[in-house]
Amino acid sequence: MRLSEHSYRTVSAVRGPLLFLNRVFQARLGELVNITAPDGRALTGEVLKLSADQVLVQVFGGTHGLDTKTTTVRFSDAVMRAPLGPGCLGRVFDGSFRPRDELPMFVPEKSMPVTGAPINPVARAHPEEFIETGFSAIDGLSTLIKGQKLPIFSCAGLPAREMTDQLLRQSRLPDGGPFVLVFVALGLTHFEYQFYRQTLAHMQSRFVAFINLADDPVVERLLAPRLALTVAEELAFQQEMDVLVIMTDMTNYCDALREISTAREELPGRRGYPGHMYSDLASLYERAGRIHNRKGSITLLPTVTMPEDDITHPISDLTGYITEGQIVLSRELHQKGIYPPVDVLPSLSRLMQYGIGKEQTRQDHRELANRLYRNYAKGCDLRRLEAVVGRDGMLAEDRHLLDFADAFESDFVHQGETRRSMTETLDTAVLLLEKFCEVAK
Amino acid sequence: MDGKVISISGATVRVDLPDLKIGDRVFVGQDRLTGEVVRLEGETATVQVFEENRGLGIGEPVQSAHSPLTVQLGPGLLGGIFDGLQRPLRRLKEIGGDFIASGLAPSALDFEQPWIFRPSSQTGAKLLRGATLGCVREGHLEHLLPLTEEGTLATLTEGEIRLDQPIASLEEGPSVLPWHSWPVRRARPFKRKLSPETPLITGQRCLDFLFPLLKGGVAVVPGGFGTGKTVLEQTIAKFADVDVVVYVGCGERGNEMAGLLDEFAELEDPLTKRPLMERTIIVANTSNMPVAARESSIFTAVTMAEYYRDMGLDVLFLADSLSRWAEALREISAALEEMPGEDGYPTYLGSRLSGFIERAGVVETLGGAVGSLSMILAVSPPGGDFAEPVTQACLRVAGAFYMLDTRLAHRRHFPAINWKQSYSLYGGVAKDHFVGKHPHWTELQARCTDILQREDALREVAEVVGMEGLQDRDRLLMRTAEQIRLDFLCQNSFTDDAYATPDMTIVHIARLIAEHDQILSALDQGKILDELLKEIKDAAL
Repeated sequence: MRLSEHSYRTVSAVRGPLLFLNRVFQARLGELVNITAPDGRALTGEVLKLSADQVLVQVFGGTHGLDTKTTTVRFSDAVMRAPLGPGCLGRVFDGSFRPRDELPMFVPEKSMPVTGAPINPVARAHPEEFIETGFSAIDGLSTLIKGQKLPIFSCAGLPAREMTDQLLRQSRLPDGGPFVLVFVALGLTHFEYQFYRQTLAHMQSRFVAFINLADDPVVERLLAPRLALTVAEELAFQQEMDVLVIMTDMTNYCDALREISTAREELPGRRGYPGHMYSDLASLYERAGRIHNRKGSITLLPTVTMPEDDITHPISDLTGYITEGQIVLSRELHQKGIYPPVDVLPSLSRLMQYGIGKEQTRQDHRELANRLYRNYAKGCDLRRLEAVVGRDGMLAEDRHLLDFADAFESDFVHQGETRRSMTETLDTAVLLLEKFCEVAK
Repeated sequence: MDGKVISISGATVRVDLPDLKIGDRVFVGQDRLTGEVVRLEGETATVQVFEENRGLGIGEPVQSAHSPLTVQLGPGLLGGIFDGLQRPLRRLKEIGGDFIASGLAPSALDFEQPWIFRPSSQTGAKLLRGATLGCVREGHLEHLLPLTEEGTLATLTEGEIRLDQPIASLEEGPSVLPWHSWPVRRARPFKRKLSPETPLITGQRCLDFLFPLLKGGVAVVPGGFGTGKTVLEQTIAKFADVDVVVYVGCGERGNEMAGLLDEFAELEDPLTKRPLMERTIIVANTSNMPVAARESSIFTAVTMAEYYRDMGLDVLFLADSLSRWAEALREISAALEEMPGEDGYPTYLGSRLSGFIERAGVVETLGGAVGSLSMILAVSPPGGDFAEPVTQACLRVAGAFYMLDTRLAHRRHFPAINWKQSYSLYGGVAKDHFVGKHPHWTELQARCTDILQREDALREVAEVVGMEGLQDRDRLLMRTAEQIRLDFLCQNSFTDDAYATPDMTIVHIARLIAEHDQILSALDQGKILDELLKEIKDAAL
């Protein structure tokens, strides 16, 4: 342990977001450093790599204006920590935890390391209470459970933004109570930011937002989710609140990861993304959960825009392997004017069975979901046949299934701006199935 | 003697400490983080650290344990849940809290717990290494305590023992403890390997009937995300007819491990009617726990599995998922700046993997008993593409291949085992075993496969001409095939249907095929399919 801060002016190289320093005495892995640029600008960084004669620092905030002669780097002898306290509620920060809402910084009561520590698997409480999102396609067929991590797989041009916005406003706990929302926007355009700002303005103090704009430093895109999750852990596991973390858009996160990884000259994996992307994403997503004998919970809803609508792209693929299911949006449904355009067939909530049924939602929930799914899947299969032989060439029974598939999309999945409660969702399902069965008779 | 940290890059640390061997365990830094020596160059060594090492600094002390990475083997492992370094997670929670902290090293075995030892050998006996001294009762089974070196027994105790007290001594000098440690990367010795002969009943109709596994055999289960790998593995862990199950959650979800723990604590073993947890050992290294410990987790687990095999027991090793292990290997390899092979995996992926998989098998143990170690290994191919290196490397050594199909999973056909592309090389041996009890086994199996195959061809026709354009015989075949798929091959893991004995399986398929034949002969007599089906429907009501 050193007794005082050390200052150095021994920068030997600046490469992308990375800074190389020589002749540093006793630096630590992950140590936070404060950098003063020649023009007096203050930046922070983190130690990534150490050898006898060189220290590699990752700089948060652009490296523009740094030089090798006068740039000063001060080693703090501490790892990167997030400031915490009740004052952060209702506030908007940037990717380095600076206020973005023109108010002064709140007074922190304590701080915690941003990387967090893994929850011991035996300390985890199994998720078992549902969350009402207000979307029938999700609540009815891929129910979100408290403590779950459930991503939304979207495609460019689909209304993921509108859905995220509605999720921010409409999500409710089973007892009807509201959440504390932690909103993380990564690589957001100014245009989108204006859109979300109005939503946040109406949410009073039950949120904390971290906004990294598209022209903000790329490295902060890696930092912002970690800051947000550290805040979420504090709110959930110390203050006993139920926290819903919405992250948009993880594709920007992964691209930032690739950019930094390349600068570090790491070996590229599939499509140039680093080989450790799975572990890196897991270190974020796995922070969701519940803990035995603690009241709060962290539920995670990341949005992933699938490049080229490809679900096997490394970003969506690795996300799907870590998260407990996925909500998949469909371009086809969007073109039909269905909102939300959730394709229920590839969508799945792995924890659904633990949070539905008599005690939680309604006794007939499982049965209804199964019947809707089965009949819709059959109907979708028959659409291909219809395209070949035409509707007239089909059995009456099959024509009913085709009608059902259409009705399911327009009456159940489609709901426009309105919010449906869980009961309304299930009632809609009952009505739809009753109508279908009568016709079938 | 202490050494020092000289450079740090993530979890890869270089130290200057002489007299190390490759594979030696070292303690790194003030927090004494566990690491393993992976490379030696002169006086310096490269160490892979198994714990979170943020805050580690240059110049911090390093100590050698003068032994490789080992696990503790002795009574009390059953029912345990460990991390990749065999640290007991329950104990870790008691001393370290809800989040995993670095630098804590509670012992895997409980040295306080008393056991009743019943000797089966006598003083004066000349014993070889691996001979049985006696046993203690652990849950439902007799836990045999082996001698770890050869010699003549001078003393042997009886009655209540604790693990830190010797149970015997040898005339040659050393006293014998009821536990020992074993290096995880070295396979435990046995007299000889035997060829697998007995089927391993998984309780899954599709597997037991179409693609049987043998005790001592190896199956790989590749599947994209959402195809139900984990549910299938966990269901097999519940119902397989083996004595001990070792389940490794390797780089997977924390919530799934929590669910498994809750469930196994409540459920009972269908064979012994005792709590399921009593026959299970869980090794959990979730995806956010350190990567190097994930790499070692499968070796930690398989060494414990071998230990129970050496008592003459049938042990089933389940890993979910091997891809995460391979990725950990890749990360470590990249940190060492080794030359990458296909997809960035090190070129020794295949040999490392086959070395591991070959630890399965039926063996005659040193003590003379016959024990088996079977493996079912899940693989998560990126993008669901089975041409990737891990799946391919597994295929070269595994005897059974259970391919999970994304399309089946989207139809909620679970277990989503693709019946066209899956195979089992154990089918011939297993058949001999089943035919003894069920003479029609082979015939029914062939009929079932045939019907499923012909359905495919017919479906192509139906897509052009429509179902109405098909002849009655073909429509009947489509109907039977659908029944086989939905009623027989599908099996809901969350209901009573989750487990089927071979007797139930054979009756089930025989009934479906008999009905098919019955209708077929009626059609031959000129009856009309729709009417026949209506009769059956009415009869059922």
